[in-house]
Amino acid sequence: MCLGVPGQVTKVNGLTADVDFWGVEKEVRLDTVDEPVESGDYILNHVGFAIRRIPESEIDETLTLYESMMGGDPDDMLREDLIDEVEAAGSTAPESNDTPANGDAEPANAEDAEDLLDELDIDV
Amino acid sequence: MSDRDRVPGGPTGDVTGSGAGENALEFRDPEKANALAERAAELVAAIDAEQVSVMHVCGSHEQSIAKFGLRSMLPDGLELRMGPGCPVCVTDMPEVDEAVALAKAGVTVTTYGDMLHVPGTSMSLSEARDAGADVRVVYSAAEAVEIAEKVDDEVVFFATGFETTAAPTAAVITGGPPENFSVLSAHKYVPPAMEVVAAMPDTEVDGFLAAGNAATITGWGLFEELAEETETPITVGGFEPLDILAGLVALLKDIRDGERTVRNAYPRCVTEVGNEPAQEQLWEVFTTESGEWRGIAHIPDANLVLRDEYADVSARERFDIDTEPLSGTGSSLVDDCICGDIMAGRANPTDCDMFGEECTPENPVGACMVSSEGTCKIWHEYGGRPDL
Repeated sequence: MCLGVPGQVTKVNGLTADVDFWGVEKEVRLDTVDEPVESGDYILNHVGFAIRRIPESEIDETLTLYESMMGGDPDDMLREDLIDEVEAAGSTAPESNDTPANGDAEPANAEDAEDLLDELDIDV
Repeated sequence: MSDRDRVPGGPTGDVTGSGAGENALEFRDPEKANALAERAAELVAAIDAEQVSVMHVCGSHEQSIAKFGLRSMLPDGLELRMGPGCPVCVTDMPEVDEAVALAKAGVTVTTYGDMLHVPGTSMSLSEARDAGADVRVVYSAAEAVEIAEKVDDEVVFFATGFETTAAPTAAVITGGPPENFSVLSAHKYVPPAMEVVAAMPDTEVDGFLAAGNAATITGWGLFEELAEETETPITVGGFEPLDILAGLVALLKDIRDGERTVRNAYPRCVTEVGNEPAQEQLWEVFTTESGEWRGIAHIPDANLVLRDEYADVSARERFDIDTEPLSGTGSSLVDDCICGDIMAGRANPTDCDMFGEECTPENPVGACMVSSEGTCKIWHEYGGRPDL
């Protein structure tokens, strides 16, 4: 119930949007989103509400991260939580080649955090 | 080997590319993870203290830490503990009793699935449902409103969680729900609880690793006051193992240097100001009030209650909730539960005699064993803290 799930907006209907989560559409409320969204944008959905419009530059990394977290050990709790959230949002768990888009993204990494370490002059 | 004996990440402290489970997600960059762990060890060694204590406040952080066996990579002198970061766990028993009392009185009670099995004084919502009450699990506050729209009877949304779920609750309240809809708020606001826990005499906190998801709403700037008041550095961290390790390294550097800084190690989701429209909605509807955090303490200004302007949507105003018949009939095991000490960072799940014995995810005694964000359930799942 904590992390939220990314999806792609297919249609905006005023204060709600149709959002595609790995192939299944679900209506998501836009009341709490931080930036205006339009069709084609990606949002982070949390309990049925968009809480963030994902900036263009972060879409690939975000999708890859979620797909990797949802793969793997079926007994894994983190995976379970995410899949629960995707399923509750109206979708099923992603299949390996059935991603919303940008399926060939580079693996996610910790570039963000590395920038911070650079700023702090911490060499790893 | 029982679940309790499982050791995530192996005993060697070396990252081999696999985490706790046999098919666990691989580190995408084990070399980087090892380098970060080494850097953390150097920093801990440079800090003039027998033990350095870092507290995080998020179930998703604990899941990642336990799953990848991060504790086994970190130096002996670094204690990494989960504080009051599980919203289900800190929901106070009398709050659960209120929801149970409403359900037993014939009101339809809707709530998040995590709340269903949390013990009240005499019963949980799921037990009330088994006894015939109308209790329904919803995925979203909006779904609770949809249920109310379809029926004439009263529908209460038992609203739990931190800022990330409080903002959606606020949104459905300002959105003009039907007249038969009301909210029983058990929403909690984390920063005051961090302050109280940091000040507890028997809890050591040298630095906080703050939750990146809640900060998506609140922004990292919110923590500056807290860092100042608790004289404790704070780093906002993401949830990948490398994010967590890098956040820890940044935090350890600040601890070593005696800085009281707030740093953002999760900039791909968190900005200084956060999600302003969501904050506006949250504070339009809610205000803070003092209240109990289950087993931890009475915490000033950390319960989110509806403002007077929205009293007509408050289940506490609408109904005369009588929890008296539910009192004093609870399990005697509950008295031995140390969930509160665990959430205050004073104890680990393995310090509890009931952990994995009388208390399991199938038969939880305390809330920490119920929620997937609870420390006990996470440790039970992943094997807990390895012997170093």
